[in-house]
Amino acid sequence: MNDGPANTETLLNTHLGAGVHGLTKRIIPCLDIKDGRTVKGINFEDIRDAGDPVELAILYSGKGADELVFLDITATIEKRKTLVELVKRIAANINIPFTVGGGISTVEDVGVLLKNGADKVSVNTAAFKHPALIEQLSNEFGSQCVVLAIDTKKEQDGEWYVYLDGGRTKTEMKTTEWAGSAVALGAGEILLTSMNNDGTKNGFALDITATLSNTLPVPVIASGGAGSMAHFKEVFESGNADAALAASIFHYKEIEITDLKNYLSEQGIRVRL
Amino acid sequence: MIAIIKYNAGNVQSVQYALERIGVASVVTDDAMLIQRADKVIFPGVGHAHAAMRYLRERGLDKLIISLQQPVLGICLGLQLMCRHSEEGDTSCLGIFDENVILFPTSGKMKLKIPQIGWNNIYDYKSVLFNGLSENAFVYTVHSYFAAEGKETIATTDYILPYSAALEKDNFYAVQFHPEKSGRVGESILKNFINIP
Repeated sequence: MNDGPANTETLLNTHLGAGVHGLTKRIIPCLDIKDGRTVKGINFEDIRDAGDPVELAILYSGKGADELVFLDITATIEKRKTLVELVKRIAANINIPFTVGGGISTVEDVGVLLKNGADKVSVNTAAFKHPALIEQLSNEFGSQCVVLAIDTKKEQDGEWYVYLDGGRTKTEMKTTEWAGSAVALGAGEILLTSMNNDGTKNGFALDITATLSNTLPVPVIASGGAGSMAHFKEVFESGNADAALAASIFHYKEIEITDLKNYLSEQGIRVRL
Repeated sequence: MIAIIKYNAGNVQSVQYALERIGVASVVTDDAMLIQRADKVIFPGVGHAHAAMRYLRERGLDKLIISLQQPVLGICLGLQLMCRHSEEGDTSCLGIFDENVILFPTSGKMKLKIPQIGWNNIYDYKSVLFNGLSENAFVYTVHSYFAAEGKETIATTDYILPYSAALEKDNFYAVQFHPEKSGRVGESILKNFINIP
């Protein structure tokens, strides 16, 4: 066998339109973690307690979650050990992939989290301030485990801007521009949270999700605004998202993941059942 | 005892946890004696082909892996390193399987996102690894390079084009996806491997 790129081209041309097989759209519950417990901020404030992260993780993976995201919202140096212990417990107990984020700023942080069983890490503010971090992580661990999280807000001028520090600090950087540079540096996935939509339950930000998904060569995870099952359909179809992330609607059982995936499948969207 | 080969590639801990969940004890090691004596060997890996092969060669693990007689299971990069050659870093690999490893096409009519990240299905099973699984079972996969289909292909996945989701030759088995992260389907595959006589 000596299959080279020429042969690939042939295969590609003969195999277009195979509908039965292919990558599925992913449903990702997000668990915000504070002091080892799950919380969810409504518009990044008004935090409520929703349970033990490992128990929730087992529950969600049993219901068909495709992966999980854990965001340590109080990540400080003292808390880092607690987070590593939690990562170990999660990795030992669930059999689906998970991402860990929140206050990650060094290659060493990431090394420890991955070594203890995290599949990916998400970086946000630190990566914006020192973009070389993305390149270092990608070179050291591979782009597949580097998720760039972007908190974004649409301003009066109709443009989407990057916000830092959990949405508290505005920058003058346009989201499309930052996402493009981050991918060039080695980000393997974009986790896009619309601050305009987050907590509203009025649906995801379809326009910026579609813009990024259609222009970037990496998967885009849409986040912020999920309120109904139809919103997920919308963000996969109009938003062309590769994955959709939500928190409170799952935590408070407003939508069951099993029902959501059955619904999406009936609507003709390819999901893992 | 199951030996998981320790080298400069990730996901070793996840594989060990997955074995623990199905009640199987394992040791993570780069000790040649331990690996040779193990009942089964798992060759995991998430990383860069060139760096990984250099590391294996420096420690003589390349020759050791090729010489193993017991069932060996390569996972992800492990599968790619067991092939003949990888386009990633233009790397000569172990050559256990005849296939070559190439990058997913980045141009053409259908633009592929790379890496392929997420759940896809496997079909056309031709191995005991997939005993008891229904056709088109979903597995979790993360990769930019793939092994083309060939005579050693024992399961196929489509990412626009069909490629080798799994390969088998003699006592060597390998999967491109991550059974340790593929829910119950992955657990079945690991159990099937463990139960190979």
